[in-house]
Amino acid sequence: MEIILALLKVFGVLIGAVLAAAVLTWYERRMLGLWQDRLGPNRVWFFGIGIVVADMLKMFFKDDWIPPFADKPIFVMAPAIMLGSIWMAFAVVPFAPGIHVIDLNVGLLFFMGMSSMAVYGVLLGGLSSNSKFALIGGLRSAAQMVSYEVFMGLSLMGVVMITGSFSLVKIVEAQGDLWFVVTQFLGFIVFMIAGIAESHRLPFDLPEAEQELVQGFHTEYSGMSFGMYMVGEYMGVVLVSVFITTIFFGGWLGPDFLAWTGIAWLSTVTDFFWFAVKAAFFISFFVLLRAAMPRPRYDQLMSLGWKIMLPLTLLNLVVTGYVLLMQT
Amino acid sequence: MLENIISQFRTLYGVCSHMFRRYAKRGPMYEVVGKKKLWETVQYPEEMPYLAPRFRGRIVLTRDPDGEERCVACNLCASVCPPDCIALQKTEADDGRWYPEFFRINFSRCMMCGLCEEACPTYAIQLTPEFEMGEYHRENLIYEKEHLLIDGQGKYPGYSFYNVAGKSIAGKDKGDGDGEAPPVDIHSLLP
Repeated sequence: MEIILALLKVFGVLIGAVLAAAVLTWYERRMLGLWQDRLGPNRVWFFGIGIVVADMLKMFFKDDWIPPFADKPIFVMAPAIMLGSIWMAFAVVPFAPGIHVIDLNVGLLFFMGMSSMAVYGVLLGGLSSNSKFALIGGLRSAAQMVSYEVFMGLSLMGVVMITGSFSLVKIVEAQGDLWFVVTQFLGFIVFMIAGIAESHRLPFDLPEAEQELVQGFHTEYSGMSFGMYMVGEYMGVVLVSVFITTIFFGGWLGPDFLAWTGIAWLSTVTDFFWFAVKAAFFISFFVLLRAAMPRPRYDQLMSLGWKIMLPLTLLNLVVTGYVLLMQT
Repeated sequence: MLENIISQFRTLYGVCSHMFRRYAKRGPMYEVVGKKKLWETVQYPEEMPYLAPRFRGRIVLTRDPDGEERCVACNLCASVCPPDCIALQKTEADDGRWYPEFFRINFSRCMMCGLCEEACPTYAIQLTPEFEMGEYHRENLIYEKEHLLIDGQGKYPGYSFYNVAGKSIAGKDKGDGDGEAPPVDIHSLLP
């Protein structure tokens, strides 16, 4: 029974993450349509949601062409590294009390490590393609990730200092009285911006700036290996939203509106509902960012990171430490 | 610095609220927006896009008011055609009218530039606002004269080349046409 439950959780999280990413492709296009006075995919099935299946079938049956000039083993491995590492990070997310694959006592570090690993997928993909555009894309992504990684980690340290633990379950439970978005507002802002850069979403999608670099690091990819990058990117969006929810917005915490039924397992359902609602809000915000924000120049991105974000993070860290010291 | 940050948030708010303003059924903006279409998309197969009268689509060959072919096989269209997709062969009828023996347009090469229409001295070749010419086989895009020739007169009703051109054909000598002046006697000294 224990094993079956564990397996159910593992596969539920694995498949759920992919499904969320797949539905997100459709959701993003519909929302962009809403904001740009057009329709988006509306043909296949109900509100066009069948486009997800159609896209998936198309991806699977397309010719997966490996360019003869590419470094073959690395070229094949790179999308798997990206997808796999982002997938792994979902293991530590507590969706509801008890609904998590594993409650690592270094869960936050595991997430940071895995999202850093995803950079290797992008970087190696760009390098092994042996093409100029892909190389520039990979290079940009490396520089962007290295600089944003620094304060992405530091911005979470305030939360860790308050909670006294890296475990995500403990972090959520520590927000029972007050969500960390209030006490760690600077940390939240910085983590969010770093998260956008980490999942290279549109305001910061310099690695694949299609106006300048064709498709950036995945210029040479086709078929399902391209699809893996795409799924990886959308899963990155889900991942960052899920982590913002968990760390700053109280994860599953919310009013238990089904308590009057008196059925015990329904409280888990409401917990998960609140978690999903919060995560969906941030996913929508990511899509809105894509609809509204122009892409900064590369040096602007770097100077924003080093000159504004890093000092803000350090300030947040110092103030948090000071306040904590005063309280004890 | 602060202005820039505020500007970013204003952009976000503007884009997001645009959705509600546009889709609001009631509210202060209803009078302005309610009558507008909610999206700019034209849902093509169900809803035809507006095509201008001068839209350059499928090429046709027209007839004159008598129902005869307007084309005189002068080859101007074929020579002006940039991708060389028009082929024709001139022949002559018993009454002296010229007409193409065959007239072939390869629509897989045609780029709908309309230069043939401009070059045509008899308004025979015309571009129409029809564009749904998809085929599964490339050979089917080669249109012969029977596919190109239409029964009507197209954009220039009432025009007949032989009525204005001063060319003699059987039953009509030079200058006998409705729009023709009698030929000038070049040996006369009178003005």
